[in-house]
Amino acid sequence: MAVLIYTENTSGKFKKSTFEAVSYARTIADQSGTTLTAISIGEVPVEELASLSKYGADKILQVANAQLKNFINQAYASVIAEAAQKESADIVVLSNSFSGRGLAPRIAVKLEAGLADGAIALPEISSGQFKVKKVAFSGKAFATVELTSAKKVISLSPNAFQVIEKQAEGKIEEFSPAIKQTDFRAMVKEVIQSTDKVSLPDAEIVVSGGRGLKGPENWGMLEELAGLLGAATACSKPVSDAGWRSHSEHVGQTGIAVSPNLYIAVGISGAIQHLAGVSSSKVIVVINKDPEAPFFKVADYGIVGDAFEVVPKLIAAVKEYKASA
Amino acid sequence: MKILVCISNVPDTTTKITFTDNNTQFNTNGVQFILNPYDEIALARAIELTEGGKGTVTVINIGEVSSEATIRKALAIGADDAVRINAKPHDAWFVAKQIANYVNQNPFDLVLTGRESIDYNGSKVAAMLGELLDIPSVSIIKKLDVDGDSATVEREIEGGKEILTIPLPFVAGAAEGVAEPKIPNMRGIMSARTKPLIVVEPVAVITNVEYSHFENPAARGQVKLVSPDESANLIQMLHTEARVI
Repeated sequence: MAVLIYTENTSGKFKKSTFEAVSYARTIADQSGTTLTAISIGEVPVEELASLSKYGADKILQVANAQLKNFINQAYASVIAEAAQKESADIVVLSNSFSGRGLAPRIAVKLEAGLADGAIALPEISSGQFKVKKVAFSGKAFATVELTSAKKVISLSPNAFQVIEKQAEGKIEEFSPAIKQTDFRAMVKEVIQSTDKVSLPDAEIVVSGGRGLKGPENWGMLEELAGLLGAATACSKPVSDAGWRSHSEHVGQTGIAVSPNLYIAVGISGAIQHLAGVSSSKVIVVINKDPEAPFFKVADYGIVGDAFEVVPKLIAAVKEYKASA
Repeated sequence: MKILVCISNVPDTTTKITFTDNNTQFNTNGVQFILNPYDEIALARAIELTEGGKGTVTVINIGEVSSEATIRKALAIGADDAVRINAKPHDAWFVAKQIANYVNQNPFDLVLTGRESIDYNGSKVAAMLGELLDIPSVSIIKKLDVDGDSATVEREIEGGKEILTIPLPFVAGAAEGVAEPKIPNMRGIMSARTKPLIVVEPVAVITNVEYSHFENPAARGQVKLVSPDESANLIQMLHTEARVI
């Protein structure tokens, strides 16, 4: 037995969420007294691959097949399932990213494994039971699921587990999986990546705006604050519905659920659907004119005041703080 | 073109979520159930793609008789017919197996789901179904256009998007952007009563995931209010006290 971790890369680089997943998988391997094999698919430089050993990968399988350059979930699932068989891995871990969501269920079906999606904590393993905690009801609750199959697949939520440095051997091996042409019916035509912006699901800090900002022309100050903090920008549902901001920024029950270290909500009243999407944030700051706004009930810090006065003051304070740091 | 839209019956978005039986069961007492909002998007797109006699839309739900109100809503919105697999939807694997079994007997050109259901949020059914049917799947799509026997879809990735071309048939999970949900009109509501809704008994499935326990998030402490004039202090507090910047 072993643990297999699929290490997702973006243009040949591993992101923090990948290292979180490696650390998580390493900890599970230690819990069960076994080894950790990482598998990387696509073009990733050797130095980058070797960095996986810092987080505890005993072995690193590299799949450099040109046909697998672009992510195609059907083909990647076949490769990862084959690697799991080869390594006799009974636990497969991956990130619950957009790609991971398309991948994990296919791997689980191939391996006849139970799937715990969006795990937020280490599994509890005791007296033959294997239980994993995840978010449910769009952030309004947590569910603990028991995986009763011999093999298990776990996808880890971003920002849910800390990166832990733990040096291991990290021997790199080429892995040439069987290629099934019917796995490549879907074809990637174009990848459009905006590299200058922090991606919302991965962000450690999120600056979010609501209808209180009155119009899309007033987002400049939020973008400035986000830029200074290295934060992603987000918005409430009415804002994306009105077309002020893109749907990909909509946080809440029917948008994206986020779990940053810091969520700053500006001019958002805090409807139950919005609160669901941010409840896993570690610290919540609410800025709102209305002292009765429901968001204050779930906030850690609050300012009852006009966003147009408060946000520029925060920007000035962050600049001052950064200058002194 | 024959399109199958998989729909879930979920608690309304305003529901306060509580549990019973020692936190092992979702408390449905007094809860209003609705058509899953993402499934509404999938359904709306399916109707657009088949408008003007270009095809048919079937909806499928795995649920007990209590989910028929939601199925009729989907028919009122514009689906042509409906299938209910008569079972409690145990988990994504159970649901995917039921749908795969139905599709194997009744082939479709395109199968749509919502990106996730707003109760268990797994985003699992679309990809499991793709795997079970051995066809492509895209779990979270923002755009879907069909041209002949092939489609162009846009899927979300962290910090960007990806455009794929996929031959039919395949499975896709619709997210915001794919279509605007449709509101049923009076004619739709009237005709929904007489549109075909067939009930099929489930196939046996060996399950491998059990929901063993639920809990609500811990309440946060009292909010610490900072006066607007001292906004600058907030940054200091976030640095020294909360240690998040």
